[in-house]
Amino acid sequence: MNPSLEILITFHIVVGAIFVFVGSFGLIKLPNLMSRLHGPSKATTLGLGGCLIASMIHFGSIHGRVSVQEILITFFLFITAPITAHFITKAHLHTEVDPEEELPTADGAYGWSTFGADVEQEIVAGEGTTRTKRDV
Amino acid sequence: MIESALAFGFVAVSLALLMNLYRAAVGPTLMDRVLAVDTMVINTIALIILYGILESTTLYFESALLLAMFSFVSTVAYCRFLLRGDVIE
Repeated sequence: MNPSLEILITFHIVVGAIFVFVGSFGLIKLPNLMSRLHGPSKATTLGLGGCLIASMIHFGSIHGRVSVQEILITFFLFITAPITAHFITKAHLHTEVDPEEELPTADGAYGWSTFGADVEQEIVAGEGTTRTKRDV
Repeated sequence: MIESALAFGFVAVSLALLMNLYRAAVGPTLMDRVLAVDTMVINTIALIILYGILESTTLYFESALLLAMFSFVSTVAYCRFLLRGDVIE
């Protein structure tokens, strides 16, 4: 195999593996869940991206044509990584975090929109509430 | 040269898997564990890709794509269950 291609493949494998390691290392070291979300996104995009680029070059040099399967995996992970991060954050906010104590007050007319639904339900239930949407 | 890089890659990804297992066992809140399991599946995909390079076969990419889809769907389903009480309404 062409030595320059070997160097490229080696570089991408090493960089991808380092990013995967660092992403999981962040899961251990960082103090709370909101900080810990940073690590796996780097591992997913850059780590797997590096490994997939290495495999694209490797199989491209063997078979003589570029294979598109790896791009499919990368594309899928690029699209779904923010969605999972948003879902994990939202579930965490609604189960663990008290909005009046720990979150900063939001500017604008309605406050934190993800917590606005609670106030709406109180209003809709007809019991009345002392909280307006602005307070939340 | 590629074999030694692959060996380094295998060791690094395996250590990352062990660290995710620690977070899944210890993590004080529930979402810590969900995040750790999702990251474990991503690291498994990396292992599968590196193994495919080692064996010089493209046979394993379908399983990597399937694992990616499963991890995404299971994480979203679990979070929806926590938020709504129901996965599909």
